[in-house]
Amino acid sequence: MENLENFRKETRAWLEANCPPEMRRSSQSEDDTCWGGRHWKFQSDAQRQWLERMAAKGWTVPEWPREYGGGGLSREEAKILRQTMRELNCRSPLDSFGIWMLGPALLKYGNEEQKREHLPKIARGEIRWCQGYSEPGSGSDLASLQTRAEDKGDQFLVNGSKIWTSYADKADWIFCLVRTDPNAPKHEGISFLLFDMESAGVSTKPIILISGSSPFCQTFFDDVLVPKANLVGKLNKGWDIAKYLLTHERDMIGGMGTTSENRSLGQIAADTVGSHNGMLADTALRSQIAAFEIDALAFRLTMDRAGDMAKVGHAHPAVSSLLKYYGTELNKRRMELVMSAGGTDALEWEGERSREGRSARAWLRSKANSIEGGTSEVQLNIIAKRILGLPGA
Amino acid sequence: MALVLNDEQTMLRDNARGFLAKNAPIAHLRALRDNRDADGFSRALWKNFVQMGWAGILVPQDYGGLGLGHVEAGVVMEELGRTLTPSPFLSTAVLAASAIARAGTDQQKENYLPKIVAGELIATLAVDETAKHHPEKIAMTATRAGNGFKLSGAKTFVIDGHVAKLLIVVARTSGKAGDTAGLTLFLVDASAPGVRSERTSTVDTHNAARITFDDVNASADSVLGKIDAGWDVLEGVLNVGRAAVAAEMVGASEEAFSRTVAYLKERKQFGKAIGEFQALQHRAAHLYCELEVTRAAVLKALQTLDDSYDRAGAIVSVAKARAGLSATLAVNEAVQMHGGIGMTDEFDIGLFMKRVRVCQELFGDSNFHADRLARLNRY
Repeated sequence: MENLENFRKETRAWLEANCPPEMRRSSQSEDDTCWGGRHWKFQSDAQRQWLERMAAKGWTVPEWPREYGGGGLSREEAKILRQTMRELNCRSPLDSFGIWMLGPALLKYGNEEQKREHLPKIARGEIRWCQGYSEPGSGSDLASLQTRAEDKGDQFLVNGSKIWTSYADKADWIFCLVRTDPNAPKHEGISFLLFDMESAGVSTKPIILISGSSPFCQTFFDDVLVPKANLVGKLNKGWDIAKYLLTHERDMIGGMGTTSENRSLGQIAADTVGSHNGMLADTALRSQIAAFEIDALAFRLTMDRAGDMAKVGHAHPAVSSLLKYYGTELNKRRMELVMSAGGTDALEWEGERSREGRSARAWLRSKANSIEGGTSEVQLNIIAKRILGLPGA
Repeated sequence: MALVLNDEQTMLRDNARGFLAKNAPIAHLRALRDNRDADGFSRALWKNFVQMGWAGILVPQDYGGLGLGHVEAGVVMEELGRTLTPSPFLSTAVLAASAIARAGTDQQKENYLPKIVAGELIATLAVDETAKHHPEKIAMTATRAGNGFKLSGAKTFVIDGHVAKLLIVVARTSGKAGDTAGLTLFLVDASAPGVRSERTSTVDTHNAARITFDDVNASADSVLGKIDAGWDVLEGVLNVGRAAVAAEMVGASEEAFSRTVAYLKERKQFGKAIGEFQALQHRAAHLYCELEVTRAAVLKALQTLDDSYDRAGAIVSVAKARAGLSATLAVNEAVQMHGGIGMTDEFDIGLFMKRVRVCQELFGDSNFHADRLARLNRY
C-alpha cells in the first residue's frame, strides 16, 4: 500500500511537470482527440509533446509490457494513473483502436514477431488501425461474413467488402476477419488478418450518419495480396479472436454511459426550466433526471464490482454483455434527457452558440451505441444463453 | 473497498443460507400465517438467531455483541429475504441496536445492549405517523413536565410494535411538522401507562403495529441523544434500516428470479420449454441486469455505512430506490411468467410479491429516495 501511495505522489508530480497546460483543458470537440498515425497532423505543439512524453514513459498503454512499448504497470498502478489524470484534467495523449482492440488481441494471440512489429508502433501512435468486422450482409449475424481470403502460396488474395469501418479513410492498417474456408461451418472457416491500407486494391468510401458526421466507411478489397506472416493465430480459428475482441469493444462502448460531463443534468435543466425553492420547476423532468442519476451511479458501481470480481477470480465471461447492454441503454437515456432539458436550444445544428449542434449531434450519435459492437438484442441473447442457461437461446 | 464479500462475510452468508433453508423455509412463514400465530414469529427460531450471535451482530463486543458491520447485517437481511422469514432481526438487531449503540449514553448501552444480545429484549423504532414515510413531518409531541416529558401522539407501521418491550420513539420537542430541528428520540417502555398498541394485519404476514401515546411519562434519562437535535441520529438509523431493507429486497428478488428461471426451463407449452421463447428470454435477461446493478449499489451502501457513516445518505438512497424498483419488477415478472399457477395461494411465488411491496414502502419508497437524491444534488 505504501508503494502505491508513493506511486501516486510520483505520478502526480510527473504529470504536473510534463502535461502541457493546453492538454489540461477539457477537449472542446472531437478534433482535440489525438489518434496518431502516418498522416496525423498534430493540432498543436502541446499535443505532440504530450504524446511523445507519455509514449516515452509507456503510459499511452500503461498496462502493456515494457518490451512492447508499454508502461509495465500493475492494474492498481494503472488505476492510480487514470485517477490522477482525471483529477488533473489531463487529456488522453492518444486514443486508438490499436490500443483498445488490436493490442489486447495481439498480446493474447499474436506471435512474438507480430508483437514486436506492431505493438510499439501502436504505443507511440505511429500506426493508426481500423477494424474490418461487419459486412453489408453481416451485421448481428457477424459469423456469416463473406470477405474471402484465398490461399495463393505465401500470400492470401483478399476480395470483399467491410462496412462500419470506423475511420478507415484515415487508418494505416486494418485488422480484418476473412473467410478462409468457405466449406466449413460458419464459425470455423474464419481467420484474423492484418494488412496495410495502402496495399493495392483497397479503397474506402465514407458513410454520413444521422448526426451529420462520418467516422464510418465502407471499405472495398479488390484482389488485395496479403503476406501469410500477417495471419494472427491459427488458420480458421479467427472467430476465437473475434469474440475476445468483441468483449473488449463491448466494455469500451458500455463505459461510454459513464463519461463524466462537467455539468450535471440537474444544472443543465435548471438553466432552461428554472428552479422553485431550490428544486427544478419541471417536476416531471426532475423525477426523470433523479431516476437516471440513480441508475447511472449504480451502473458505475456495477462496473467497479465486475472489475473487483475479476480480480478475485469470479468473473463471468458474459458480464461484458451486461455492461454493454446496460451502459449503452443508459447513455441513450442520458442523451434523451439532455435534449429534454435543453429544449429548443438543444435543437440548433450549426453555429457557435450550440457549439455546432453538439447536443443534437451527440444525441443522434448515441442511438448507434446499442447497435454497434453487437445490438442490445444480441447482448440479451447472450445473457439468456450463457448466464441464465435458457434453452434454445 | 472491493465490491465483493470477503471470506468471513461469504462464510456468514453460506451459514445463514444453510440454516434458514433448513429451519425457516417458506413453509415456516405459511405455518405462522395459517395458525394465526399471536406473535407472528417463532420465539424458538429467534433463540437460534441469538445463539448464532445475530441479535448482537451490530452490538460492540464490549457489550457482548459480535461487533460486526453493516455489510454483515446486510448479508443476514438478504438471506432472510430469500426465505421471507419473519423475525425481530430488523427491528431489534438492526434498528434498535444500532440507534442505542450510536447515540446511547454508557448507562443506556449498559441497560439495553446486553439484553438485546441475549435475546431478552425485543426493541423497535417508532417513527412514521402517516401512510407515506416523511420523517421530517413528525408531529407527535414531547412536552416538558417536571424533569421529564410527556409524550402524546400516534405512530403507524411500527415494525414488531405488537411484541416490542422497548420503543425508540421520535417526538417533537420544538418546532413544527416539516422542521428537521426540534426532534428528540426517547427510549420508552412499551408497558408504560398511556401506551396502547394494536397489531396491524399486513399483506405479507410480517409484523407491525399502530401505537398511540396518551400523556406518556418519559424521564430525562430516557432521552436518546440530544434534545431537539435528534435528526442526525434519526437519519443515521433510518439509513441503516433503508440499506438493510434494500438488502432484504435483493434476497427476495433474487430468489423469486431464480425460481422463475427454473420454471422457464421446466414449463412446456406449444411443445417446448417456454424459456425457448425470445419474448421471455429478453425479459429475463433484462431483469438479470437490473438485479446485478442493484446488488452493486446495495453492497456499496452497506460498505459506506461501515466506512463513512455520516456520508452514506446519497448512496443509501440510490440503493433503496433501485432495490425497490428492481425487486418490484422481479416479483411482477415472476408472477406473470409463472402464469395461472403464480396467482394461486398454494404456490410460493406470490408471497415474494407481498413482501417486496411492504419493503418498498418501509423507510421511503423509490420516489421518496429519488426526491431525496435530487435534493442532495441540489436540483
